[in-house]
Amino acid sequence: MDTLIEGFQEAFRLLISLDREVLQIIAVSLRVSGTALVFSVLIGLPLGTFLGLASFPGKKIITAFLYTGMGFPPVVVGLFVFIIFSNAGPLGDLNWLFTTRAIVVAQTVIALPLVAGFIMTAVMGVDKNLLLQLRTLGVTRFQMIWTIIKEARLGALIAIIAGFGAVISEVGAVMLVGGNIRGKTRVLTTAIMLETRQGRFGLAIALGIILLTITFIINIFMLNLQEKERN
Amino acid sequence: MKKLLKAGLIFALVVGVGIFMSHEIQAESIRLATTTSTEDSGLLDELLPIFTEETGIEVEVVAVGTGQALEIGRRGDADILMVHAPDLEKEFIEDGYGTERTYIMYNDFVIVGPPEDPAGLSDLVGERADIETAMTAIYEAGNDGSLRFLSRGDDSGTYLKEIALWEMTGLEDVEDTGWYNALGQGMGSTLITANEMAGYALTDRGTFLSMAEGLANLKILYKGDEALNNPYGIIPLNPEVFENANYEAAQQLVDFMVRDDIQKKIGEFGIDTFGQPLFFSGEE
Repeated sequence: MDTLIEGFQEAFRLLISLDREVLQIIAVSLRVSGTALVFSVLIGLPLGTFLGLASFPGKKIITAFLYTGMGFPPVVVGLFVFIIFSNAGPLGDLNWLFTTRAIVVAQTVIALPLVAGFIMTAVMGVDKNLLLQLRTLGVTRFQMIWTIIKEARLGALIAIIAGFGAVISEVGAVMLVGGNIRGKTRVLTTAIMLETRQGRFGLAIALGIILLTITFIINIFMLNLQEKERN
Repeated sequence: MKKLLKAGLIFALVVGVGIFMSHEIQAESIRLATTTSTEDSGLLDELLPIFTEETGIEVEVVAVGTGQALEIGRRGDADILMVHAPDLEKEFIEDGYGTERTYIMYNDFVIVGPPEDPAGLSDLVGERADIETAMTAIYEAGNDGSLRFLSRGDDSGTYLKEIALWEMTGLEDVEDTGWYNALGQGMGSTLITANEMAGYALTDRGTFLSMAEGLANLKILYKGDEALNNPYGIIPLNPEVFENANYEAAQQLVDFMVRDDIQKKIGEFGIDTFGQPLFFSGEE
């Protein structure tokens, strides 16, 4: 119990005093996860929309892969990304291992199936009558797709929230490919891991509270956006 | 709203790609793959800033188990290694991955456990005080059901030492017993687990002392046998094998570590906080 109270006090103190190292860890976390999210939306939005609309042979298999990806163990993603970017691996020449770039790649791979999957479901949920109506109105293909995306935007928002939640809270893959280098690739989750390992529970809890607060604020922001969109 | 959404999307795109593509402008840096024990003790935090200030070379520390550190070296994913497994280090050099191993410092392994000490390690004196007797005492007390043993079980230098000690004592079936727990975790986590379970563990003195404040259920019960010495070596990667390796900067770090004033700092590190040094500089 004492440790918990201590943790809250420590979190408060760190936030008030704007501890430089903690601020940097927060910045790296947001930068990396934000970038990964942008990439996964850039790929996931068209992919999910396409899968939600088109029908073609083999779609079932691709959908099954996508659903599997939604529950893919991040640490396995980390393992593959590690091997690929390791000096002895196929993309070793890039020297991305143990940099934030490797983390962005891993997080993008983790978030992409979530984003694409949720968007696909949202697109599939768009009223079929609307499609028929649009067709009779003789709209262009592009206009139709745009209308559908707009109709599915609430679902798309959930897709983004889910993707962000998954990557900002990820620890296994980030630890493996980032190496938890102080001032470089240390993010909130790996910092929590390090502090816990060293028995500094107070600081670990403090960082945990900061992580929760960040995701909470971002979700509030997203909910506001959702509210506005609905009206 | 549509316009706003579009503008926002384009903005996010530009920022995202920009951040991702921008090369971080930074000073020359080398990557040191090392064991969790050196990072967790805080020694590197004290020494490396001095090195950076003098040479302008930043040192990126990746702290993993000795096994993984050596593997990172074999794959060429670092410039220099600092580990504590002399036999494996020798093999690493013989295989051509590293240029030369330079001895830096040593500390020692100790056996920690609950103050009640059911294995009676603290009573071992005189002729009965060798490490074989101690390991046997733990084994017997374990089989009696009066203690648990927490092992790192993770391919670290400490784990390799522990296995060597069991083998030396002729107790090779220890991993099959019910009281032996191989965790597959770092030294810190293993000590925390031992503290919670009031169990025994082999640890390096430095990590234990640096965490002792939070480990009320553990104390040092056995120490001192020569077999428990724990020498740390530093090995630059071989630039002939790994083109990427920054040998010159790595060698500068080696020279720095063995310099008299830095060796003195190593020998004094921890005295202020723990009343005794965590590492010793002297002979191997």
